[in-house]
Amino acid sequence: MPSINEHELLRRMLRIRRIEEALATRYAEQEMRCPMHLCIGQEASAVGVTAALAQDDHVFSGHRAHGHYLAKGGDLTRMIAELYGRVTGCCKGRGGSMHLIDQSAGFMGSTPIVGGTVPVAVGAAWASQLRDNGRVITLFFGDGCFEEGVMHESMNFAALHQLPIVFVCENNAYAVYTALEDRQPQRPIHSIAAAHGLHANSLDGNDVRAVRTATSQAVKRARTGEGPQFLEFQTWRWREHCGPDIDDQLAYRPADAQTVWLARCPIQHEQNYLRSRQLLDDIAQRNMENIIQQEIDKAFEAAIDAPFPSAKNMREHLYAQ
Amino acid sequence: MPSNPSLRTHQQAATNHELSGSEALNDALTLCMERDPSTLIIGEGVPDPKGIFGTTDGLRQRFGSKRVFDMPLSENGLTGICVGAAISGLRPIMVHQRIDFALLAMDQLINNAAKWRYMFASQANVPLVVRCIVGRGWGQGPQHAQSLQSLFSHIPGLKVVMPVFPDDAKGMLCAAVTDNDPVIFIEHRWIHSLRSEVASEYYETPLDKARVRREGCDITIAAFSYMTVEALHAADALTRLGLEAEVIDMRSVNPLDVPAVLNSVAKTGHLLVADTGHENFGVAGELIASVARQGFELLQTAPASICLPNLPCPTSHAWAEHYYPTAINIATQALHLCDIQIGRVQHHELEKLRPTTLPDIPNPEYCGPF
Repeated sequence: MPSINEHELLRRMLRIRRIEEALATRYAEQEMRCPMHLCIGQEASAVGVTAALAQDDHVFSGHRAHGHYLAKGGDLTRMIAELYGRVTGCCKGRGGSMHLIDQSAGFMGSTPIVGGTVPVAVGAAWASQLRDNGRVITLFFGDGCFEEGVMHESMNFAALHQLPIVFVCENNAYAVYTALEDRQPQRPIHSIAAAHGLHANSLDGNDVRAVRTATSQAVKRARTGEGPQFLEFQTWRWREHCGPDIDDQLAYRPADAQTVWLARCPIQHEQNYLRSRQLLDDIAQRNMENIIQQEIDKAFEAAIDAPFPSAKNMREHLYAQ
Repeated sequence: MPSNPSLRTHQQAATNHELSGSEALNDALTLCMERDPSTLIIGEGVPDPKGIFGTTDGLRQRFGSKRVFDMPLSENGLTGICVGAAISGLRPIMVHQRIDFALLAMDQLINNAAKWRYMFASQANVPLVVRCIVGRGWGQGPQHAQSLQSLFSHIPGLKVVMPVFPDDAKGMLCAAVTDNDPVIFIEHRWIHSLRSEVASEYYETPLDKARVRREGCDITIAAFSYMTVEALHAADALTRLGLEAEVIDMRSVNPLDVPAVLNSVAKTGHLLVADTGHENFGVAGELIASVARQGFELLQTAPASICLPNLPCPTSHAWAEHYYPTAINIATQALHLCDIQIGRVQHHELEKLRPTTLPDIPNPEYCGPF
């Protein structure tokens, strides 16, 4: 497990939270003209998992990918520029929020068709095994994705070939407005992965340290030839499925569950951990917030200052040149 | 939105009401479910608070959870399950909030739904309707804005329709539900906010007939889906330039109503086809080929088409006006076909067609997020 300083997990989560909040606030300006799926409330799985990976390990994700991209080290300005449709964006304006990539950071791509990146990640793990380069692939997906046929075809192949991949299921209990119990029978998701022959585990996805430790163990097993790993993290999406708002007024989720999960804020949890051990004080926290805010302001400014793509380069990138 | 009076249906006023496209679809679903208890509806988000852009609002409350279903995120499996239910006497209506998700179900659609009748010599019906919504604008991008009508239309055994105006949306959805073969019912996202007079009672509109939405004698504009709206705008400008365009809302893709286009071209001698899909191997090319095969002598000039470029849809709104052709492109092409030079007067008229809203939204009220 890469060593990091005591504040780092908190700092990374707080940074994602503040970025997502800034995106939500500025979305009303109607300058970011693309669907956007925010990960507020789910920061611990993004940060805990990626903090257990080597720089050279690769990550794939789905529609709710901002946190995964940022936690893996994806460039902030290029992400924001992509959301603003600028030519300097990480897909040069072709992708928007639902299609992120920063290969230099090991973030290999996210796409919004549910399940789309699942077999692709398995293919990357297959390549890693065949080329024997020691790289572990991590794939983020949600509880809804677990219902896709391709998920099971992919787990089967990964288990058959003992591929170096960690399947990370962020179970936030809802697919858009539909509860897990209206989509799947009463049995644990991770037990199905275990039945496919994966080493499977389930834990609190809002405890960043627990996430990191479990992932670190899984990555070690995957890297040493023990085959595919499956981690199911229980978590909660705080805002609407798509868009910037809190949509509790629609009452599709029980109010008491919402209250319970808001109290289980992953950032608050980590702050409590650090403060109870005298590892964090108000000054350190304020400094952290200030530095993050400066970085965000600068990134928005640079992103918005960049030009829009022009008509003549719309036709580029369809085939290799 | 066009204010053309020819868009109005001429039903008796007492039984009509003005509805949006989504309200008309909701009306059709309600009536179909009332008429036939074997009708059921299933799709990701069908009973949720947004009700598939309002089209399924209230159905769960009215018809219960044994007929109105949400579903797991399992498009291929559920399509096959719907085929199984259909051959067993039910009439399932499946919904995909984006047509791009129907791609996950292509095996069951093409290998089973489309083939079942033929390979088993009509010993079973497959009364399945698959509603697919095509996204456009607000950064829908490469995987949420595809127009795949030609893909589905290539498959013998599937019927493919693309109504535009609310009256047709209602009548064609009713006809699709009653039909004993699988129907791919493609709804452009921007038709949901169009409004027109719609008859209140149950009625069916044929799934194989185009409809002349505006008569004219100088050029035929055969349009598919939302391009009909753009074609009617273009026709208004062309009138002011002395050119009377006949605008045909094709409504159905498979089968194509080629006779309707031949009838019109016999009068006009010129054909322009406007489709919401890509140009290559597309619906516009298919219609032009059919007209050339069956009515070559009617054509005074080579037909032309206005389609999407042969590119995935890029997300940035800066590209929207370059990616999506509109009334200006149609009118300009129509002038070319009729050998009218574009001078100052023409240019002035064409410029008036430029959208007053930003090019990535259907109306000023639209503000995302999907």
